[in-house]
Amino acid sequence: MSGQRWLVEVDRDVCIGSGMCAGSAPAFFELVDGRSRPLHGEVDADDEVLGAAESCPVEAILVREVGTGRQLAPEE
Amino acid sequence: MTENATADDQPLPYPFGNGRQIELERRYAELREAPGLARVQLPYGRDCWLATRYEDAKIVLGDPRFSRAAAVGPDVPRPNPEQPGEGGILMLDPPEHTRIRGVASRAFTARRVERMREHTREIVERLVDEMVERGAPADLVEHVALPLPVMVISEMLGVPYSDRDDFQRWSNAFLSTSLLPPETVIEYGKALRDYMTGLVEQRRAAPTDDLLSAMLRASDEEERITQDELVNLAIAILVAGHETTATQLPNFVYVLDRERDQWDLLLERPDLVPRAVEELVRWVPLGVSSAFPRYAREDVEVGGVLVRAGEPVLASVASANRDRRVFADPDRLDILREDNPHIGFGHGPHHCLGAQLARMELQEGLRALLRKVPTLRVAVGEDELDWKDGMFVRGFRTLPVTW
Ligand code: HEM
Ligand code: SF4
Repeated sequence: MSGQRWLVEVDRDVCIGSGMCAGSAPAFFELVDGRSRPLHGEVDADDEVLGAAESCPVEAILVREVGTGRQLAPEE
Repeated sequence: MTENATADDQPLPYPFGNGRQIELERRYAELREAPGLARVQLPYGRDCWLATRYEDAKIVLGDPRFSRAAAVGPDVPRPNPEQPGEGGILMLDPPEHTRIRGVASRAFTARRVERMREHTREIVERLVDEMVERGAPADLVEHVALPLPVMVISEMLGVPYSDRDDFQRWSNAFLSTSLLPPETVIEYGKALRDYMTGLVEQRRAAPTDDLLSAMLRASDEEERITQDELVNLAIAILVAGHETTATQLPNFVYVLDRERDQWDLLLERPDLVPRAVEELVRWVPLGVSSAFPRYAREDVEVGGVLVRAGEPVLASVASANRDRRVFADPDRLDILREDNPHIGFGHGPHHCLGAQLARMELQEGLRALLRKVPTLRVAVGEDELDWKDGMFVRGFRTLPVTW
């Protein structure tokens, strides 16, 4: 996984503000007006990001590989 | 008005009531308007802070400067005599928490739960039909509210429904505050653990397509969790997965019986059911009290109080859900409420794993009752209500209804 860069997006219309991602991966997500937002649109590959995306109850967090565009989360 | 609490104040005895009422205890409203945090003393463990406002509660539940894993030892504030055991999902902090929860979370997403809706509707419609055939009065708990989530969660997880008498009884080890003596809590806890371990062994020998098998794959092939962690997680899902919905559906029926105009509105406009469920989750204080304290890892300011590193804080979601700063006319049940960011399912890393499932079950449960028994009424007076006692949740052991 090292060397990879990922794109992180949150669909704020889908987000229900559970606070899961911001609470478990605070280096990557924050709550603004009750909904989540990625702190950085592009990050070094990190399990914490994937863990948060997989835990999102409404699958509002999209993680893709830079370059290939391959979707890593949510599972399709 | 209650004064600003300091660490030296005499703590208030907590919980503020025995939970034998559906109204939120009045004390919370006073505390919400008083500056600072309250200091409370639970039946066991040391005294602690209590956050009653929405913003404060969200900080305590969601901010990584607060820890659940630190809540161990004889001092932990708690309503029950037993010391918190190790390993439960509610006892972990990220990243361990994320790793373990991730093994099950995919099964509980909105998308996956939606696929279970049709089948859940069939189950609950059949249960309501059977209740009606039996004739009034009938116990809503026994005939509808309890079998519904038990059938759904046992099917989803892969636990034989025919074993329900055993696992429901053993579940009380995790649901009781003072109902059961400590020896029985230990005995039931062990029985449930042995039972679940047996099921895991069966799935290892012969995997199926249930959640238990999926979690086992994550454990055996992906090495994401150990067998002990898996058994604990499965138990948490089984226990939390039935008692909550089974208690809330009768609570909802009882509240709508008292607020009859809202029931009538739902009969006219069944499209409002999802919104009504959100409002009822906001309004009904399911927990008898807040029960799972968070420990500050460092000094943190909350609600104008400096919580020192190592101090425990409780957050009351029931009180937060009545905060006038967020909810207009907060004590009023209003199923037309549009802006409803309640935290009835918690907030932060421990936000209810089963929230989407619970929503769907409660929506389908309410829908089936509205459609099939529009004249549904609670059949007993206030004095005869059969309240639960000595449990974490408030609600009814039985709720006789008629139609
Ligand atoms: C109306 C129904 C329900 C309500 C109001 C409710 C409420 C809650 C709340 C407030 C929490 C957070 C506790 C805390 O942070 O201290 C929680 C956690 C949890 N709930 Fe629910 N719940 C409901 C139904 C369910 C169902 C159906 C399941 C089935 C799987 C479930 C499984 C869990 C689990 C496993 C946790 C612990 C999550 C964690 O620690 O990460 N709940 N629930
Ligand atoms: S986990 Fe999902 S729903 Fe919860 S705050 Fe993050 S993006 Fe929103």
